[in-house]
Amino acid sequence: MAITFPTHDLNGAKPPFGRGVVKGGAEGRPSLRSTLTGWAFCAPATLLILGLSVFPAGWAFFLSLQKNDLITPATNVGFANYKVLAQDPDMFAAAWHTLFYALMYVPTSVIGGLLLAIALNRPIKFQWFYRTCIFVPFVASAAATGILANFVFDEKFGAANNVLRLMGLPQQGFLTDKHQAMMVIVIISLWGSIGFCVLTYLAALQDVSQDILDAARVDGANKWQTFRYVTLPELGPVTVFTAVWQLIAAIQLFDLVFTTTKGQPLNSTVTLVFYLYRMAFMEFKAGYASAIAYAIFAITMILTLFMVWYGKKSKVEAF
Amino acid sequence: MALAARSTKPKLPFSLWHFLLAPTALVFVIPLVWMILTSFMPDSDINRFPPRFWPTTFSFGGYSGLWTDSDILLWFRNTLIVSTLGVVGHLALCSLAGYGYARLKFFGRNMGFFMMVGTIMVPTQLLMIPTFILFSRMGAINTMAAPVIPWLTSAFGVFMMRQFFLSLPRDLEDAGRLDGCNQFGVFWHIILPLAKPALATLAIFTLLGTWNDLIWPLISISDEKLYTLQLGLANFQGTRRTQWQLLMAGNVVATLPLLVAFLAAQKQFVATMTFSGMKG
Repeated sequence: MAITFPTHDLNGAKPPFGRGVVKGGAEGRPSLRSTLTGWAFCAPATLLILGLSVFPAGWAFFLSLQKNDLITPATNVGFANYKVLAQDPDMFAAAWHTLFYALMYVPTSVIGGLLLAIALNRPIKFQWFYRTCIFVPFVASAAATGILANFVFDEKFGAANNVLRLMGLPQQGFLTDKHQAMMVIVIISLWGSIGFCVLTYLAALQDVSQDILDAARVDGANKWQTFRYVTLPELGPVTVFTAVWQLIAAIQLFDLVFTTTKGQPLNSTVTLVFYLYRMAFMEFKAGYASAIAYAIFAITMILTLFMVWYGKKSKVEAF
Repeated sequence: MALAARSTKPKLPFSLWHFLLAPTALVFVIPLVWMILTSFMPDSDINRFPPRFWPTTFSFGGYSGLWTDSDILLWFRNTLIVSTLGVVGHLALCSLAGYGYARLKFFGRNMGFFMMVGTIMVPTQLLMIPTFILFSRMGAINTMAAPVIPWLTSAFGVFMMRQFFLSLPRDLEDAGRLDGCNQFGVFWHIILPLAKPALATLAIFTLLGTWNDLIWPLISISDEKLYTLQLGLANFQGTRRTQWQLLMAGNVVATLPLLVAFLAAQKQFVATMTFSGMKG
């Protein structure tokens, strides 16, 4: 079970190829006693984790080959679910909504996060106040954020329309307008989770050695040049990391849709995971929903590998 | 900024960055402030046009309504149970396994570790349906076990703890062993006290994740008495669509504990994010 934070899963976290995995072991084969001790430490967590992920993940594949309504006995249908999936217009619509969300959300959160982190990294007045304000929405849950968003973007009484009215601008439908709802959800997501990007960039900025910056300054680089040619290249890895993380979060968008529009208006905010949820737990097509789950898994893997590969190609070592 | 003083430009009385930061900070914080204020507004303040920002009088109707019309206290208790067990489970199981994988030599270690960490790649959605079926066969659906079990430990937590233990010098443990401690004694008396920052990080992470989790309770709980705060609120919204005073009061109850924790331990929170994100 992956930790679901900040939105869902840390799939973008560093892979295991870290230090300390010793091949074989210098002192030869471990004794029975040390093996028992080792597993006494590791078995509880490992068994629980494998039991709640590898086993269900394999099971999900068999489910995806079934017609299964979660109640009556399932029947095997082979790859029929995947064939239906490949021609399901609702699935393509959900994929498109998710893609639109990701295209809006990922670059904005990464660039916005960088910009805010640079600003917050300056030794200016009220720095602590600014930081607190920008991080605080991050602890609000999707449920609280969704309810608050419904309040702020309420068509008639909401603050958003009231601000527009004061500025003499036309009133908007926001979450009730099928052309705007997804964009509004992007804005709400940014409000709720850009703090994460700011934090990762802030940490990376503080890791940039002051000596190098001073050296660049001494060499006559102005502020922009220092940033462009010294700081920015140092931020490559954190950028790939943050982008992958945000992308995975974007593909998995569910909570906020569930607490704001529930896929409405006119299904314009049905995302992939929301569609999966609807199929599995509202229409009780668990077999078909499992096929959707595998499709989402595949999309996530492909996009993640592509971004890691692209990072590698650009000589950025993020992982 | 050691050399900033060399700048020959005329100095502004304040930094231009304020023009970016001040409006942004307000946009981020005002909705939350308004949420809190609205929870204290009498109905007449909310159901008017244009909406008010500051209540004319402070009313506790939202909170008393919440108390009488919903099981908020039960939901709060349920969330407390899920979060407490999640944090305790994470601290115990992840630190044990993290230490084992970092320091002990045993048969099957590398295979166990790689398989476990490999599961980080498996997205939650893939697991939802089979886990639901598994839990319902075990009779765990509609019991507190359902939202708790998936949170008892996590591959990410084990991985994080392992990375931390790898960074500790080995000499300490050897000293402990010479003093006659067994392996668990070394872990308990020597290693864990050193691991406080990592454990705090893990606890914060787990607290945030468990407190705000929506999807597991949503799938596995349909009995209103067993709702967690987040699930209770999300569903409460469905029936009380425009009773904003009630809904905002619920939001405050659900958010305030983490908000207070955040403000009290902001440094550790920030360290948590940066530690987990980048330093692994």
